[in-house]
Amino acid sequence: MSAENLESLVNKRYEHGFITDIASEGLPPGLNEDVVRAISALKKEPEFMLEWRLQAYRQWLEMQEPDWAHVHYPKIDFNSISYYSAPKSDDDRPKSLDEVDPKLLETYDKLGIPLHERARLAGVAVDAVFDSVSVATTFKAKLAEAGVIFCSFSEAVREHPELIKKYLGSVVPRRDNFYAALNSAVFSDGSFVYIPKGVRCPMELSTYFRINAANTGQFERTLIIAEEGSHVSYLEGCTAPMRDENQLHAAVVELVALEGAEIKYSTVQNWYPGDENGVGGIYNFVTKRGDCRGANSKISWTQVETGSAITWKYPSCILRGENSVGEFYSVAVANNMQQADTGTKMIHIGANTRSTIVSKGISAGKAQNAYRGLVKVMPQAHGARNHTQCDSLLIGKECGAHTFPYMEIKNPSAKIEHEATTSKISADQLFYCRQRGISEEDAVNMIVNGFCKEVFKELPMEFAVEAQALLNVSLEGAVG
Amino acid sequence: MLQIKDLKSRIGETEILRGLSLTVNAGEVHAIMGPNGSGKSTLAQVIAGHADYVVTGGEVVYNGEDLLQLEPEIRARKGIFLGFQYPVEIPGVNNAYLLKAAVNAKRQYQGLGEVDAFEFLKLAREKMAELGMDPKFLNRGVNEGFSGGEKKRNEILQMAMLEPSLAILDETDSGLDIDALKAVAGGVNSLRGPDRAIVLVTHYQRLLDYIEPDYVHVLSQGRIVKSGDKSLALELEEKGYDWVREAVSA
Repeated sequence: MSAENLESLVNKRYEHGFITDIASEGLPPGLNEDVVRAISALKKEPEFMLEWRLQAYRQWLEMQEPDWAHVHYPKIDFNSISYYSAPKSDDDRPKSLDEVDPKLLETYDKLGIPLHERARLAGVAVDAVFDSVSVATTFKAKLAEAGVIFCSFSEAVREHPELIKKYLGSVVPRRDNFYAALNSAVFSDGSFVYIPKGVRCPMELSTYFRINAANTGQFERTLIIAEEGSHVSYLEGCTAPMRDENQLHAAVVELVALEGAEIKYSTVQNWYPGDENGVGGIYNFVTKRGDCRGANSKISWTQVETGSAITWKYPSCILRGENSVGEFYSVAVANNMQQADTGTKMIHIGANTRSTIVSKGISAGKAQNAYRGLVKVMPQAHGARNHTQCDSLLIGKECGAHTFPYMEIKNPSAKIEHEATTSKISADQLFYCRQRGISEEDAVNMIVNGFCKEVFKELPMEFAVEAQALLNVSLEGAVG
Repeated sequence: MLQIKDLKSRIGETEILRGLSLTVNAGEVHAIMGPNGSGKSTLAQVIAGHADYVVTGGEVVYNGEDLLQLEPEIRARKGIFLGFQYPVEIPGVNNAYLLKAAVNAKRQYQGLGEVDAFEFLKLAREKMAELGMDPKFLNRGVNEGFSGGEKKRNEILQMAMLEPSLAILDETDSGLDIDALKAVAGGVNSLRGPDRAIVLVTHYQRLLDYIEPDYVHVLSQGRIVKSGDKSLALELEEKGYDWVREAVSA
């Protein structure tokens, strides 16, 4: 679409027909205030939301794209991106699994994805979704009974504006960083969770069961609020590789834990990593932060990152409440040309706050994997404690592991421990296993899974088994 | 069971085995002795299939099959066990897990089902008791932080669980104190039987006091230069390897 067309499009923005058109066609590439208005209008958002987005956009304009991460990629042209892509019509999608890339199907097979799920994941335009919809409906009823709100972010903006107004941007402010500002201006959709006071959420909440999840990948926005004494475990992502047409992903996740509340957030990220030469993979630039706002609250992040060409994220905890606890358990795999710069920030503000960091980085092929972590203890955080364990495993000769631990300790009573190791799967280890009758592939899996054990045990049971299988598939062909 | 004919092998550019021939029959225990660098360990590694050792000539036939064509894991599943001189550490991989994976890999190859987990643990604990190993070693990383003697006992434990047809023990006695040596020898002796063959690669005659060999071979410069019964080992102990070198060059 030419600049002229765009201008004329923009000029008739308030005409009813315009919205319908872009709803079926998507917005042309480019970013300006009118694009932000169009997105908000498409989502039928109230005025306050539009204002919020516009302010974010204006702030974003004044910000510089950061370049400190240990990752390399061509400069992104933000005006070449479409900020609202229409859901694919059924005509554009594969009609059946026969039309889907056999390689993708092979992967599903290895991961043991049930048949009826494969069609949904591969984007096949069939009724395959219906099964999950009925499951989701049953779940919704059960959640409503407990008073839990679990819906799409767009729905929450319309149905629960008072909660959105109160909490949105309260953990990750609009201008927190370049990509958070961008997300705040143009976020597509995401999840909203609200757990009322004293409620223990009756089931694990998984994005998997959320209807309306189509087309939310690019600029996802998630907000989880756990009221006093409540408890929730949230699972994000899926072990199966997801198709996505958008290269840049910039999500924001905000967690709020009030007094005595506990949030457990588990992620399995398996976006397309690109081919062996790194062509076509997803850039995953994410801001995830949890605020332990109340005393005795707890936020725990567990992530298994195997996908994306570039992963750039630091799920963090602000330990504001006294005795609050932050945890970060991570497995990050980088194979072929993948790059990962990931870790966490633990900000100790309240007295007797505790944090644990366990990071396991695996590099293979020509991949580069960096752990970057900050432990900050503020002057008033008496008796703060942190334990960090940061291990790297190298497979092959051409990959790299990097560790960047930062510590800012401003209270002398703090107790901080840091352990780090780097090891390598050696030819001798593999030969030893093979001499015992174990194939090379099984030997690599055994060693890798042994290395990741501490993190996997933090995942919900079912997820842990899937994550293990995923790791094996991700590292296939890494040796030899 | 094992026929080696005129075997030649090199590592890098260095020729190590230079026409080695040896026949090992079921039920026999062979000891291979020789000075450092004579090719003892190379022989063990070539039989096991280590990729760094390139075979440049000769043949190795195991139970009628060309052994050199088989991948190392297939050789293992067909009953060849190598007790390593320097067992490698594999941190994070549970010792019991590796042991079970090895037993199951072999069973699967033989068309048997997986071993019952409780039976497996019970058997492993029995074998450990015989070897004087603390059962807590089952839950440690493979050889992780083990002392030299513990590593060697662990090799024997694996051997006992895998029940190989042909066991090659590469300097299993080196670095062992007398108690460990006795325990290891006990493990090897209990494996002796009419269907199995054992090849002991060793520097010293000491081990042979506890495991009595049927044949003793002396290796020098990549060839077997002298074979005999156990008295040869005693003679070697007394006269040293120079005696063999002199005898050969004379």
